[in-house]
Amino acid sequence: MNAIRRTLRPEQLRILVLLFLILMVLLFFSTQIENYISPRFFNRISTSVAIITVVTVGQVLVILTRNIDLSVGSIVGFTAYFVGQQLAGNNDISPIVAVLMAVGVGGLMGAVNGVLVAYGGVPAIIVTLGTLAIYRTMLVEFSDAQTVLTADLPQWILDLPRANIVSFGDLDIRLMFGMALLVVIIFQFVLMFLPYGRRLYAIGSNPEAARMAGFPSKRIVFIAFVLCGALSGLAGFMYLARFGNITVVAGLGIELQSVAAAVVGGVNIFGGAGSMIGAMFGAILIDLLENSLIRWLEISEFWRDFLLGLLILLAVATDAVIMNRIQSFWSQSELELGSDGDGSEGQEGSYA
Amino acid sequence: MHNNSLLHRIWNRLKSWEGFLLLVLLVIIAINSTLSPVFLTSNNLINLFFLSIEKIIVALAMTFIIINAEIDLSVASMMGLAACVMAWLYHQGVPISLAFLAGILIGAIGGAFNGFWIAKVGLPSLVVTLATLIMFRGGARILLEDRSIGDFPAWFDRLGQQPLIGNLPLSLIIFFVLLVISIILLHYSGFGRYVYVIGNSKDVARYSGVKVDRVKMILFAAAGAVAALAGLLYAARLGAVRGDLATGFELDIITMVLLGGVSIFGGSGTLWGVLLSILIVLSLRNGMSLANMTGHIQTGVIGILLILSVLIPNTVGAVREYRDRRRFARQA
Repeated sequence: MNAIRRTLRPEQLRILVLLFLILMVLLFFSTQIENYISPRFFNRISTSVAIITVVTVGQVLVILTRNIDLSVGSIVGFTAYFVGQQLAGNNDISPIVAVLMAVGVGGLMGAVNGVLVAYGGVPAIIVTLGTLAIYRTMLVEFSDAQTVLTADLPQWILDLPRANIVSFGDLDIRLMFGMALLVVIIFQFVLMFLPYGRRLYAIGSNPEAARMAGFPSKRIVFIAFVLCGALSGLAGFMYLARFGNITVVAGLGIELQSVAAAVVGGVNIFGGAGSMIGAMFGAILIDLLENSLIRWLEISEFWRDFLLGLLILLAVATDAVIMNRIQSFWSQSELELGSDGDGSEGQEGSYA
Repeated sequence: MHNNSLLHRIWNRLKSWEGFLLLVLLVIIAINSTLSPVFLTSNNLINLFFLSIEKIIVALAMTFIIINAEIDLSVASMMGLAACVMAWLYHQGVPISLAFLAGILIGAIGGAFNGFWIAKVGLPSLVVTLATLIMFRGGARILLEDRSIGDFPAWFDRLGQQPLIGNLPLSLIIFFVLLVISIILLHYSGFGRYVYVIGNSKDVARYSGVKVDRVKMILFAAAGAVAALAGLLYAARLGAVRGDLATGFELDIITMVLLGGVSIFGGSGTLWGVLLSILIVLSLRNGMSLANMTGHIQTGVIGILLILSVLIPNTVGAVREYRDRRRFARQA
């Protein structure tokens, strides 16, 4: 038991629980739906998981600093439309330019959020609730309520969702899923090893202390918002590739999904704790549930939202109640282990 | 001397956020009435209230919640859920008056559900109400799927659409009654003091013997019930109910409250300020409609207003502090 305790940290336990839950969902629905576990199903959901995962990575960066970005859905919608329209107007734009365009526009929108939050001192929830509406308005005005049509887009972007990196028989690893995985891995490394990543945690756990320690808090928060916007822009590009037809409601509700994925994935909404890997599993769990419920004939697909909301609530509640217990249990037993070495005992209880 | 101090007091009052709002309101009214001669007619003024009456009813409840240092994002979904519960029950053959009561009851239960997780379990209200925003909307969809239910009794539709007393419709009368009750509760009762104290510091309130859990529980349950009432009134006004009724209203509602000078961190703000900001938002929307701007532009403008409402006082404060520091440095 002690060996387990020493090798397994509570955050890792969290990920194991998520993996277990994902497995349970897969098992349950495989008894309910015919042909459930098939390469086709995996291929289908991997694309939608990829989009939500990329947004969630950005969202986590912001949430870690004790802020929130509710405008990501509007950014996804706007960049999807903007890039789509450019591509429809000029089919010769190269893929790299298109991606850069999406990331740039998204980053710019994120920068507006960042300036207002970090330098303007306006609470993030107010700023992004405002820009949620403003960016959507920009999309409606910019598009003049027209639709980007699949027929106008160049062929390469329409082929993108079906492009594979490798295939094992019928099971394909889609390029877009690979991109999302790459984003997760890069930012997990940023969080773990780069000073910038560590500072995100510092600011989130104790903004005052981080400021006293001399961190350029404002700049760090600003950059987190810019990155979040840029990643949302990238997701907007993926959204365009996936759907082709882009209307003014594109990306509506992604902000809720990304916050939900982060929270289910163990990211503390008050900042300072969480990992990209966890958030990715959160995104997978949510998307898996959504896509499975649509195909489940027992109940109508309209149960989806209800169950999703309940899942978020339960995830946060278990986080608050159970993880707290486990964590204090963990740290207490660590104290006991430490005191074992000294040969003195009897400190338990007072450190809970 | 007396006169002087009275003027001074009025001046001080005008320098506050409420004074600033009053100024903004007067400017908007002036612009609107030059834009259109019909603006100041009583019919247009009633119409101005009437078109957003459901949102401003909920804004009253939201004021209490935000002063209490919490937030309720689920109100718009609750409006939809309550309307769907009523419509569904009515469709199943339940009399409309019973269905109406059931709608309000579901609002109180849903609100208490929020309150349970926030007050008893201690979860952040942002996450809880984000989850119930999705849940309640899901509940509405489960009941109605993608149907639209209308054909309510004629008197019910009339209740929502026609003037009841003079040329005031029922929902407007309900709003004014709720406004008076809210002002008395928040500004002239012990309960109101508790709301402020908890908003300032939950711990201090608890150590002073305030039953924090109970106050929060009451506030969320009441907010749920008020949101449900607003949703039912909205259904009566529209004459038909769909699963997506009132989607996205939370943005407007929260904007009205924050623009009214209520701090998002809790503990400060008044209903007078909220009332002024409601008038500003409504007359602004009305004016923009008179100037032929689309609903989407209006939403964007409201978003900008929301950000400015916090950015301006912050910037003014920062500039003033900078100036004071300079002056202090020069003197030293």
